[in-house]
Amino acid sequence: MSTVTEPVVGTATMNMVEAIRDALTLEMARDERVVVLGEDVGVLGGVFRATDGLQQRFGERRVIDTPLAEGVIIGASVGLAISGLIPVPELQFLGFGHQAFHQIGQQVARFRFRSQGRHPMPITIRSPFGGGVRTPELHSDAFEALYTNTPGLKVVAPADAYDAKGMLLAAIRDPDPVLFLEPLRGYRLVSGEVPTGDYTVALGRSKVVREGEHVTVIAYSAAVQLCTKAADVLAAEHGISTHVVDVRSLVPLDVEGIVAAVEHTGRVVIVHEAPLTSGFGAELAATIQREAFYSLEAPIERVTAPDTPYPLGGTEDFYVPQVDDIVRGVLNALER
Amino acid sequence: MFAQFIPDGAPVTPIQHLSPDGVLAAGVTPSMSDDQLLAGLRLMMLTRVFDTKAMSLQRQGRFGTFSQVTGQEASIVGSASALDPLIDWVVPQYRELPALLRQGLPLSRFMLYFMGNLAGSRIPDGVNILPIQISLAAQIPQAVGLAWGLQMQQTGGVVVVYFGDGASSEGDFHEACNLAGVVKAPVVFMLSNNGWAISTPRHKQSAASSLASRAIGYGFPGVVVDGNDLLAVHAVTAEAVARARSGHGPTLIESVTYRMGPHNTADDPTRYVDAAALESWKPLDPIVRVQRHLASRRLWDDDRRQTVEAELSAEVDAALVIARAEPAPTASQLFDHVYADPPSTLQRQRAARIGATS
Repeated sequence: MSTVTEPVVGTATMNMVEAIRDALTLEMARDERVVVLGEDVGVLGGVFRATDGLQQRFGERRVIDTPLAEGVIIGASVGLAISGLIPVPELQFLGFGHQAFHQIGQQVARFRFRSQGRHPMPITIRSPFGGGVRTPELHSDAFEALYTNTPGLKVVAPADAYDAKGMLLAAIRDPDPVLFLEPLRGYRLVSGEVPTGDYTVALGRSKVVREGEHVTVIAYSAAVQLCTKAADVLAAEHGISTHVVDVRSLVPLDVEGIVAAVEHTGRVVIVHEAPLTSGFGAELAATIQREAFYSLEAPIERVTAPDTPYPLGGTEDFYVPQVDDIVRGVLNALER
Repeated sequence: MFAQFIPDGAPVTPIQHLSPDGVLAAGVTPSMSDDQLLAGLRLMMLTRVFDTKAMSLQRQGRFGTFSQVTGQEASIVGSASALDPLIDWVVPQYRELPALLRQGLPLSRFMLYFMGNLAGSRIPDGVNILPIQISLAAQIPQAVGLAWGLQMQQTGGVVVVYFGDGASSEGDFHEACNLAGVVKAPVVFMLSNNGWAISTPRHKQSAASSLASRAIGYGFPGVVVDGNDLLAVHAVTAEAVARARSGHGPTLIESVTYRMGPHNTADDPTRYVDAAALESWKPLDPIVRVQRHLASRRLWDDDRRQTVEAELSAEVDAALVIARAEPAPTASQLFDHVYADPPSTLQRQRAARIGATS
């Protein structure tokens, strides 16, 4: 379902951070309106090195170390966009996104509407999120559902290096604001073959990452890799064939692709790192029961974090869904 | 002994060019020509006429909740008059009607917004203003970003952003000023200190002796001006704009004025405003001050005032006719301008909603 917009020159093995950096480099070279701004994105190259080398190449005017203030990083991006630039601000961790939520939710997301089309917001907010890497407190929350309930904003969460590059290029070129969520855990853990040239992956398309026959597991971001690991366990230990779908884009949502994947097996497990109540899994479950009701052979299972605050690192593995949790969820869905 | 940064608390005397009697201060050369002064007076009077008419319409249920400018006309007009509408931008809060008009917004469009019609949210292309901001202080970081972007692209443009004493307590104010100082954004922070944030008085917003004094913490100048003095506000803003345009960065202007009416049409200030304080501001009316000054120079008289008031009244009535001729809101407007390319889920919601209401 990926749309290749230009001939691909060759490929290289990249992890997700490298793929993201490659996309930023490529787009900044292609479009001089693109500016990157945020905390520590310049001289340091970002705390995860996602912007490493950009300032040396494109200068301090286009790769900007800002004061430590999430609200004005996003608020100023609104003004930069109105002035004709294409801002790509970084929120160092989505856990700090609340510090900027008033600018994202009330301003970035609805400026096109508030100005009745005069001021579109071609802003891509990059932010790592999710757990599993023992960060200090308040870094790792998966707050995506706060943003999917914010009309005017697109929210995407790629799980692999190929999608990270192609979707980031698509996001920066999108005339609307995109919250681009990067899995902390996947930054260096997930590698793959990535075209070195220019290509985009359309926002709003899911993809099947593993074909299976007995149960459909739906996830996004870092949870996708857990699901494929769980699929291995299910195949080896239980003889269960698992169909794994990467949602990739929460808004816009690929309803058709998800429904097709559900109809393929009739049994569904949804996995995300965010807490259960009002998590994005609830939206997926509601969509599935409305669009694929008669193909369901069992209640939809959700494997998520509990409705508790994100804990400190030592407790993290009890909180973030693990492979075993997904296996158990699948067995439930299969009524075993 | 912790004495390095003890606030002195000394009262700051606002810069004044015209006395309440309309007398030009000794040694002051007016920063506005007579034509500019007359144009500024006309704009202030238009605002006053609009306030009166719109309040009456609101009471009849023909106009929505809005905030009058009454008492603050010089503060808004004086500052806006220092701008070049072709390259400079106004980033408003919601009480800056005359600044919007001077930048080129048709009055009818302003009216539509407050009549609840989304067409009023569309500022015509080429009119350099951002939408009215209701989420207080959110416009300040945006103004800094806009100014910064204009600077990066070397347009020569300057941004004036309006907000009040209440909004200056918000975190966005601090974050925006701080960034603006660092990047030397060509922005003028126009703080209209009208004494009130709905019912909360100035002294409950900040213990600082002056709100302009905060500028020192951001590394740029702050200045306190008599907000009811058209000439002084213009002169101070013109200097701040020149500073910004020549690459010297931001200025914080505290314009000391007074809100002579309610916070908005839904407010009842008799519950909290001290009647004596309100009375004490009445002789300081900014419109009368300019009229007295011009009269002393034989550029103004009662006949002229009556003629202009009649013209302005007709102008407001004409704008109202245009606003009322705008098509009524439709359900499909809910879905327009949300995304450039609406997701299929939204297209379905649109089809369902329009089908249900047509």
